[in-house]
Amino acid sequence: MADNTSSTVAAAKKTGLEERLMSLLDDRRRRYPVYAVLILGTLLVPLISDNYVLEILANSFFYIVLCLGLNIVVGYAGLLDLGYAAFFAVGAYTTGILTSHYGWNFWLTIPAALVFAVIAGVIIGGPTLRLRSDYLAIVTLGFGEITRIVARNLKDVTGGPSGLIGISRPHFFGLELNQIQHYYYAFFVLVLLAVFVSYRLQHSRLGRAWQYVREDEDAAEAMGIDRVAIKLYAYVIGAVFAGVAGCFFAAKMTAISPDSFQFMQSATILMAVVLGGMGKIPGMVVGALALVLFPEVFREIGSMRMLVFGVMLITMMIFRPQGIWPERRN
Amino acid sequence: MGAAAMAILQVQDLTLRFGGLEVIDRLSFDVQEGAIVSLIGPNGAGKTSVFNCLTGFYRANAGDIRFQGQSIMRLKPHRITKKGMARTFQNLRLFKNMSVLENVMSGMHCRTRTGAVGAIIHTPAQRREEAEIRRTAEECLDFVGILGHRDRLAKNLPYGDQRRVEWARALATRPKLLLLDEPAAGLNYDEKERLMGLIGRIRADLKITIFLIEHDMGLVMRISEKIVVIDYGKKIAEGGCDDVQCDPKVIEAYLGREDEEGD
Repeated sequence: MADNTSSTVAAAKKTGLEERLMSLLDDRRRRYPVYAVLILGTLLVPLISDNYVLEILANSFFYIVLCLGLNIVVGYAGLLDLGYAAFFAVGAYTTGILTSHYGWNFWLTIPAALVFAVIAGVIIGGPTLRLRSDYLAIVTLGFGEITRIVARNLKDVTGGPSGLIGISRPHFFGLELNQIQHYYYAFFVLVLLAVFVSYRLQHSRLGRAWQYVREDEDAAEAMGIDRVAIKLYAYVIGAVFAGVAGCFFAAKMTAISPDSFQFMQSATILMAVVLGGMGKIPGMVVGALALVLFPEVFREIGSMRMLVFGVMLITMMIFRPQGIWPERRN
Repeated sequence: MGAAAMAILQVQDLTLRFGGLEVIDRLSFDVQEGAIVSLIGPNGAGKTSVFNCLTGFYRANAGDIRFQGQSIMRLKPHRITKKGMARTFQNLRLFKNMSVLENVMSGMHCRTRTGAVGAIIHTPAQRREEAEIRRTAEECLDFVGILGHRDRLAKNLPYGDQRRVEWARALATRPKLLLLDEPAAGLNYDEKERLMGLIGRIRADLKITIFLIEHDMGLVMRISEKIVVIDYGKKIAEGGCDDVQCDPKVIEAYLGREDEEGD
């Protein structure tokens, strides 16, 4: 044990600080205590923070879930999807419409959103996933916009451009979820769930199949892998992540409109995925946090901050194209 | 002999055109079950195109391909692999950034079925299947003699060993017919000797029929029971090694030309 530690330290000295940090977390025995402390710390944050901080953090949790979902599509299966917000819209509108028009209980809208997300995933993915990467990006972009425009124009159902307002708050064992603390915890549970599901999928027959297809489509096909079916699988699972996150988004905001699901939303989530490091779960957490926290931290510099953020992104892509926390293999 | 009844693969009048060019022209031949058959021909004769038609990567314009009595002309590559026909590629097509074991595990994909739910909640069936995938992959690696490299990244292996990963990967699909596209390309003398031993063992121990494309005439003559010779997409000879070697058409199209180049 002592011997082992000293050799690890010796190896760590040779490499940079970053490598050291990563190897610290890649070692299973050390990883679990680190994660336990992180989770515990996150659970305690609401005791010491004001609502502003909680709002920002809840928002980052929401983006972590979306990033983890898009990571399955982009990171695991290697499909460039520019219309991911469409699925998040499907979830949000399912909850919004079913609770306000039909008086459904919020919790029942989740399985419904799941079903609709799957259906939307199959409808959009079925015909498009036969295409190779560049075409796929364009077509998903188109479908993303179609979804938003349908929401804008289907006035009777979606409320048109002004959207749905007054979506009722969910109740949890009699407690109405109307405080930011509630949503902080709700989204944190979603994050844990999304991390767990992502991890299990990544290390499964399905996860390997995604990687085979990403590495070499033809070789994967020759090994008996149905490349269209396996991509559709990734696409639909990604849609489900966004759909469920969308339900909670609708409940938290109590108002949704087509403007929440613009192309910029899809692009932003994709940016966080690329920034964090495609294919790596901690990368998604870091990417989403960076995306949400940066504009808040640099609020003082006003409208300049997005410019700074853009410059930072470009610099990042030049010097570290694999992302902040990329997949590491040796 | 009733040879037709025993054929695992029957190719009839196979024709493939790229635009106006006839890459394969009414090609017919059989591969008997349990045999080692070679497809030879000068460069550009259309050998790899034949392989690509057989495995579903190219869609032939006319003719028929029957595998174990069933037509596979309209099937996609992954369906054909599932039916029991596996292939290797002329230029290595490994999953370079994955471990050797993971590469070979890919072969078991079509023999297993666990989906997302099983993967997430780790059902007993999923655990059994994962163990089976791993065991089969390790057996295949052991069979080709590189089990020791199991955890290395495929791209970090020497060339000869990368070839063996490809064979192990193809074997992991549990094929009945194995198509090898120039298996000896880039191998040195010792490696070729071992390759011949391996091909013999694949047939003898695993009962797998072998159909290969190869340029190394010495190797082809030593291991094949039947040779099909094509030139410009047409079959010009077929038969045992001695027959083919003496065939004037073959000498003219192939061996003659090789002599000129050699001298």
